[in-house]
Amino acid sequence: MTTTSPAPAAPRAAQEEPLLRLTDVRKYFPVGSSRLWERDRAVVHAVDGVSLTVARGETLGLVGETGCGKSTLARCIARLYDLTSGEVWFDGQDISRLSRRRMRPVRRDVQMIFQDPYGSLNPHRRVGSIIGDPFAIHGIESRRSRRQAAQELMERVGLNPEHYNRFPAEFSGGQRQRIGLARALALRPKLIVCDEPVSALDVSIQAQIINLLADLQQEFGLTYVFISHDLSVVRHVSDRIAVMYLGKIVELAPTDELFELTRHPYTRSLLSALPAPDPDTADSRERIVLAGDVPNPTRPPSGCRFHPRCPKAHLDCAASEPPLLPVLGDGAEHPTACFYPLEPGEDLSLAVSEFAPAAERPRGGTGDTP
Amino acid sequence: MTAPQPSPTVHVVGASDAEESPDERRIQGRSPWVLAWGRLRRDRIAMISLGVIVLIVLIAIFAPVFTLLTGHGPNDQYRLTGLSPQGLPVAPNHEFWLGTDDLGRDILVRIAYGARISLLVGIVATVITVAIGVVVGIAAGYFGGVVDTLLARLVDVVLSVPFLLVAIALVSITGPSLTVVILVIGLFSWASVARIVRGQVLSLREREFVEAARSLGASDTRIMFVDVLPNVLAPVIVYTSLLVPVVILTEATLSFLSLGLPPPTADWGGMISEAVPYYQTSWWFVIFPGAALLITTLAFNLFGDGVRDAFDPRSERLLQQ
Repeated sequence: MTTTSPAPAAPRAAQEEPLLRLTDVRKYFPVGSSRLWERDRAVVHAVDGVSLTVARGETLGLVGETGCGKSTLARCIARLYDLTSGEVWFDGQDISRLSRRRMRPVRRDVQMIFQDPYGSLNPHRRVGSIIGDPFAIHGIESRRSRRQAAQELMERVGLNPEHYNRFPAEFSGGQRQRIGLARALALRPKLIVCDEPVSALDVSIQAQIINLLADLQQEFGLTYVFISHDLSVVRHVSDRIAVMYLGKIVELAPTDELFELTRHPYTRSLLSALPAPDPDTADSRERIVLAGDVPNPTRPPSGCRFHPRCPKAHLDCAASEPPLLPVLGDGAEHPTACFYPLEPGEDLSLAVSEFAPAAERPRGGTGDTP
Repeated sequence: MTAPQPSPTVHVVGASDAEESPDERRIQGRSPWVLAWGRLRRDRIAMISLGVIVLIVLIAIFAPVFTLLTGHGPNDQYRLTGLSPQGLPVAPNHEFWLGTDDLGRDILVRIAYGARISLLVGIVATVITVAIGVVVGIAAGYFGGVVDTLLARLVDVVLSVPFLLVAIALVSITGPSLTVVILVIGLFSWASVARIVRGQVLSLREREFVEAARSLGASDTRIMFVDVLPNVLAPVIVYTSLLVPVVILTEATLSFLSLGLPPPTADWGGMISEAVPYYQTSWWFVIFPGAALLITTLAFNLFGDGVRDAFDPRSERLLQQ
């Protein structure tokens, strides 16, 4: 099964194999009732052909609106979902089709941190036993040393190890996220997939957790896939950022380059929504407000999926899908999926979509904020 | 399973927490169970009911004491002192405190011994019911798909079987016995437990802590029993405490219809059944076994209500505190 598709990576794997490589990962969810005779059911295209690599020790940020497939992609990487198609190469091995049994050792290396610090901890179990779970599941450490290991982990993430016997309800949101982090760290993983780890926290607590994540990355040589809808957080933690829209990556670039040399109109609109700390500049800065909502992922738009909302859409954007390739002379590390990428300094607020109604509609005044 | 035991050591979460020794609980967490018990303890009606239940349990355990006190065995027939010259039951007097039945047996002693049957059937059948229901419900909810469909159909079948007809048929084949009574009740009441548990598990399955366990590589069995089970126990305990009186009544019903324990075993349902022809002449014959049944089921029901309130954070009484 695993070897039927040509694996171009295998020969050169020895040299600089990235820790994680996704090849055309797709995850569709059937919706509605399942009927045997109903062949083509509606399908949500949650993740629709994502390819990317994550190098060792790197932090890859993954941003996008709610419902763009970020969390689904995270769960595909952690093999919580089986892929519809595509491959997930982790540490030189395609893990996308591994059996449960073969997957177990891999699970020690790939861990996940969840968004909801309330939902990700079992309310009926003591914190110590939650953190000790990884040891129990993989049968490492005796019961006695498991307790000690759990307490060391608690100390490492900034929790009082004496609170070992408490229940999750007795901790604050930030503390619970630390508990989740301790659990994820227990097996000394290589990769941690952080699914909006700070989105549910207060801003002051967010900073603590982010700094903790950075410290732990230094200490244990961790690789992160960091998912968030908050660009300022992602900018702070990421080496590279991938921007997702409706299940596809539309732009991928090193962090600074993405902010300075934004190519995709969608990325630009996301960046323009960033709050500016200075109220004077905040008033004058360019705001691009996208019209309408994210389209229905069961029937994504033809061609470029962003064209119905794109301020710069041309008629041929609906005809075919732009490939994710470097544009306008960008390096290989900065691919963009757009036929009409932005030049530096281009004012997007002056652009007019060819799909806009005949009378040019005023931009910025209508619609929802992205 | 009649009630969470009245001590804070009810760690139903138990198994996984075994690695802690008590002296190391310096900073003790308060488990959801302890919190629920704390709320329950402030519920006066539930506590009185619990007292009544404990009393009934003691009566059942120490039923022979009544034999000692009165000098009457449960099946001893006192044709001279226990029956009137016309052969009718004797009203309560200094020798027979609650009167006698149509065969001159001491009703008080028989009620005490009958409590054993009621509680035994009530508890054992409930445990069987809950055990089957929880396992089926967790399996159906957790695995979903084909497993769920098959089990859900099974539940529908069980729920649509006419219980009494099957009971009559079974007893006529095997003859009445304690085992048959318990099995009949246990095998036909689990379906509603399974439904409750399945519904809970369906939502729990999507919770992130289950995903976290899966991403750690936990087996399905471990997730079902370590992660999911403790979270469905609260509704199960509530349902259990309300199921016990139902089972006790069912047992009484079966006995009333002569489908329960064969005579001369003392049994509340059977006693009421025997008393029916005498209700005009000997009120005590039907009133006292009936009252025993009523008090028992009422106590369990009120206690069950208290347990439900204690586990339900939206309960009104809790908001007042």
